[in-house]
Amino acid sequence: MSITREASEFKKAAAKLTKDLRHRSLIRNALKKYEVARNAKCSLFQDWQAARQTAAEIKWDAINHLDSHLAEFARNLEAHGTHVHWADTAARAREIILKIVREKKARSIIKSKVMTGEEIHLNKALEDEGFDVVESDLGEYIVQLRHEAPYHFVFPAMHLTRGEISDLFARELGTAPTDSPEELTMIARRVLRGKYIAADIGISGANFGIAETGMISITENEGNARLTCALPKVHIALMGIEKILPRLADLALFLPMLGAAGAGQMLTAYNTMYGGPRQPGEPDGPEEFHVVLLDNNRTGLLADPEQRDALHCIRCGACLNVCPIYKNIGGHSYGTTYQGPIGSVITPHLRGLQQWKHLAFASSLCGACTQTCPVKINLHHHLLQSRRNAIAQKPVWWEKIAFDCLSFLFNHAGLFSLGMKLGRIGQVFHPLIKNTRFDPASAWTRSRELPRVAPQTFREWWQNRK
Amino acid sequence: MNERENILGRIRKAIRVPAPVPGTHGPSRPVSERESAADIPEWLPRVGDTFGERLALFRANASDLKADFVLLDSPEQLPVKLREIAAAEGWKKVATHSNALTDGACAALGLPVLRTDAGFEPQDMESCDAGISACDALIAQTGSVLVTSQSAGGRALSVLPPHHVVLARREQLLADLPAAFALLQAKYAPAYPSLISFITGPSRTGDIERILVLGAHGPKKLTIICL
Amino acid sequence: MKITLFIPCFMDACFPKAGAGAVEILERLGHTIDYPRELTCCGQPAFNSGYWPEAREVAVKVLDRLGNSEAVVIVSGSCGAMIKNFYPELFAGTENEARARDLSAKCHEFTDFLVSRLGAGDLGARFPHRVTFHDGCHGLRELGIKQQPRKLLAHVRGLELVEMGEAESCCGFGGTFSAKFPMISTAMGENKYGSALETGAEYIVSNDSSCLMHVQGLLDRQGIPLKTIHIAEVLNSR
Repeated sequence: MSITREASEFKKAAAKLTKDLRHRSLIRNALKKYEVARNAKCSLFQDWQAARQTAAEIKWDAINHLDSHLAEFARNLEAHGTHVHWADTAARAREIILKIVREKKARSIIKSKVMTGEEIHLNKALEDEGFDVVESDLGEYIVQLRHEAPYHFVFPAMHLTRGEISDLFARELGTAPTDSPEELTMIARRVLRGKYIAADIGISGANFGIAETGMISITENEGNARLTCALPKVHIALMGIEKILPRLADLALFLPMLGAAGAGQMLTAYNTMYGGPRQPGEPDGPEEFHVVLLDNNRTGLLADPEQRDALHCIRCGACLNVCPIYKNIGGHSYGTTYQGPIGSVITPHLRGLQQWKHLAFASSLCGACTQTCPVKINLHHHLLQSRRNAIAQKPVWWEKIAFDCLSFLFNHAGLFSLGMKLGRIGQVFHPLIKNTRFDPASAWTRSRELPRVAPQTFREWWQNRK
Repeated sequence: MNERENILGRIRKAIRVPAPVPGTHGPSRPVSERESAADIPEWLPRVGDTFGERLALFRANASDLKADFVLLDSPEQLPVKLREIAAAEGWKKVATHSNALTDGACAALGLPVLRTDAGFEPQDMESCDAGISACDALIAQTGSVLVTSQSAGGRALSVLPPHHVVLARREQLLADLPAAFALLQAKYAPAYPSLISFITGPSRTGDIERILVLGAHGPKKLTIICL
Repeated sequence: MKITLFIPCFMDACFPKAGAGAVEILERLGHTIDYPRELTCCGQPAFNSGYWPEAREVAVKVLDRLGNSEAVVIVSGSCGAMIKNFYPELFAGTENEARARDLSAKCHEFTDFLVSRLGAGDLGARFPHRVTFHDGCHGLRELGIKQQPRKLLAHVRGLELVEMGEAESCCGFGGTFSAKFPMISTAMGENKYGSALETGAEYIVSNDSSCLMHVQGLLDRQGIPLKTIHIAEVLNSR
């Protein structure tokens, strides 16, 4: 089977990271802390499971009536003076944003965390045109300086130690080395202060879009999004069309669920709704507010009723945090914007099934993701469905033959019995070829001993009882 | 216009086949008209029924969040308290907006005061040691302060200066988030302010080895003075 | 009661004592065992690999044979989940959809059957060792099996159960996943036996011998003396 380039790179990255015990230990400790905090906050809810069901139903309403909610959202935004743009594709979204930036003759752009921005490779497009773009979220700022992608969409720099960050700052900013996270944070705060004040344009994402009132909602801890959306004269928000919630009061449920599941906090420090540019009577705020609505194949996923609920995702990152695959291979191995279980579900839809199906196969289907998802997306079942879809489109010839043979074998118990007897003989000789290139079981024997066929199988034991 | 119709058209076509409601494996069933949404207050953390319980909860939450909460016995104590904080922190200049609570208190500080009402340069606010604002509500359930660009002097005042001081009245203490959204609707709809923000503790980050650091970009200190 | 016992393919070949244990325990409780010799596999390998038509070829034989059973007990969390939860999905939209649902209603995993259907507790077992329990993912999350094995182990004489950290964390087997992504599978297995070693247990017990097969394979390669054993064998020890 010809393996795609993406699958090959994934396997290489996974092979490397799974052997890196330092990385394994670092991520495990980070996520243990998260788990303690998350369990504490979820247990404060009077009924977390009922909350999940309610949240699932609200998102079901939002997505299964997306046309009317989205139209209402745009209408209400425009009624308060916001410019609404519709982008079919990543390229179109880049064009729209570049056009605004060019028109404003912007010299400096400040960004808060925008996962859809990563998805459309916005920074590169802006930088290629000579615009100065600065990430204001501390984790994003750090990985930007390292010319790296974010490692996790909620904790972008989870994979780095304070030592590595100190070295980075010393190298890029000329600051004195320090092993205090507080001092490192203050360095970034000082550097970014000037950028906030000088920036002509602030670009943000949106955690939610409220149809009823025409507002976007942004959840953060640092206050960098608050500043990004307060000081520059122009605010551009990029939002996936699936972020819609029908009513403002829905946030009373979604903000604490996002906080608890995503960060182990009842609410993050700043949860802010933006409903327009500066309104009459307000002392500050941007003169212009633009919302760019992004499709980029979300409507393709929408058209699959079996997996449509993947669009319910509120990007909390909880599924990443509990995924044993994620914990062992880390965020960069996925090689794509959205990592972990949700990433493995949506990426084949957003970027092509055949090129990205390996993400659906790279799972033991343990179901921890489905169990934890605040909006009850049936994540691990979707991975199974994607496997089925990929194989139905393009079966792997030797796998098909193997499974046809296996089906025959399994359906003829006499043959199966014979097979086990032969196995008993074969295993005597197997050590000769074990873990060599002649070993058909080398994928297993690379790191494990094979189980032995017992001297008496169960069916032989049963037979002998009579 | 064309792209709008493209996208909406694709959506309409896609949703013609209904999807199952999560939590129900099998054929889809219609979601009843928001019965479950009305139950939201029942799922969220317990709040308590009396003002005393709610105040205690707010105080406890604020403490966990490393926000300072001060309950004053009388309005006369407000300028005294503010002068005390100003002296302890060596304030040289403060920013505020014009408001029944803030006006007298800030005047009593005897310091240069930047008022946001008539507009201001960000650089000028950057040189302020504190931003003093009113608020729309305090929320017991989460220990949050609810502000808007109308009630709290704009967007930057509550986030740019390194110390945010919130002045609130006891009556502004609400039980929970659903109550907060009900208040916003009652007070502002349909002409909502362009910014509504729930502030829950000072600015923070855990981006470096998941270790908590306060004052990442927003205020390092949050003080809530309640009359 | 006449109980139809489904024995997973790898249990038949490599861990027959677990199957024998299940037979003897149920017979001791006064039931007759119907062992469907013509069945060998639940169809999960093909299903997991995306070959659903091929999986149906095997699964339909299971439907045929077990359709008339009074009660079906499956000595495995993962095969149990396959037959009980995934057969309805596998046969959705086909003529066998209803039969799959009917069979699903009759299926129980072994420890769940003992505790929930038979109300069993003390089986007269003796296993004087310190053990720890691994919750196989399919049993745990698809079938809700958590307390049942522990209730049964609590009655075993001489047995000391020490819970491991991250008991619910996947061992890394995942069926064909273990061969398709062996490096990830291995790392997950290493984490699992690491947690087990910290308890000082002599045995890892589980209701899923596929998990144990994978972890034991890793332990043997490393020469670590920690042993694995299926709960049916423990409960049948005297």
